[in-house]
Amino acid sequence: MFLYIMQNNMKNLYDNEMKIEFVSKSNNEAFARISVAAFASQLDPTIEELADIKTAVSEAVTNSIIHGYEDSEGIISVTCKIFANTVVIEISDNGKGIENVDIAKEPLYTSKPDLERSGMGFTIMESFMDDLDVESILGLGTKVTMKKIIKSKEEKKSEGKVFSSFRL
Amino acid sequence: MKVNYDEEEKLLTFEITEEIDHHTTEKIRRKMDYEIQRFIPRKIIFDFNQVTFMDSAGIGMLIGRYKVIKMLGGSAELINVKPSIKKIFEMCGVLKIIPIRKLSNPKIAG
Repeated sequence: MFLYIMQNNMKNLYDNEMKIEFVSKSNNEAFARISVAAFASQLDPTIEELADIKTAVSEAVTNSIIHGYEDSEGIISVTCKIFANTVVIEISDNGKGIENVDIAKEPLYTSKPDLERSGMGFTIMESFMDDLDVESILGLGTKVTMKKIIKSKEEKKSEGKVFSSFRL
Repeated sequence: MKVNYDEEEKLLTFEITEEIDHHTTEKIRRKMDYEIQRFIPRKIIFDFNQVTFMDSAGIGMLIGRYKVIKMLGGSAELINVKPSIKKIFEMCGVLKIIPIRKLSNPKIAG
């Protein structure tokens, strides 16, 4: 049984991968989140899971545009990998970097209070995704890696069954 | 974005028709501020019926408009918010200052 699971996982490991690169213009925010959502949809996510991914990608890309490149032009790259039922999204820029990642992650913290920013970007990424990792080097850039586990169809179905039997 | 002003009730409704992110907020913000200054309403309503996406840029923009209307002595409310967007509002604590009105007709609710 264990061997079977291993083989099954091995077979599905690293199923698919894509990479896109675009200029740090704000109208590419929609392009980035829609592209990632389209790629992730091969795992058959729920509407809610897809909305979570789109929001998190939008936050990370917006951060690169506003803070990384401070509205000057640069390249943002987005890599998406699918491992079994997990989608791993990497968003990186070659911008100015974050001085202190821990402070930047705090809810309501914003380095640009004059811009009407809510300071909730990292908090949203953290709570909407299953894992968040931020690597940043001052002057070199920032890389945000996020993971989202898409519950398999079987799991969703069985959950539905449990739920309906409870209701009965 | 569609704008509707009820003169009798001094009610300014913004029906947002686009996805709300950092790119679109700039345009929405300018339009809303212009309309608010033009009418000086008692209350502004943000109608989210056609909004399918919003990120934290939208939160910043709505709180900004709330500050404007509060300065003018008015208040703000949300209507027709989808569950995926409500989740973001809840997380950011926005609903404490801009509550969601259940009824879509604000006149009936008083």
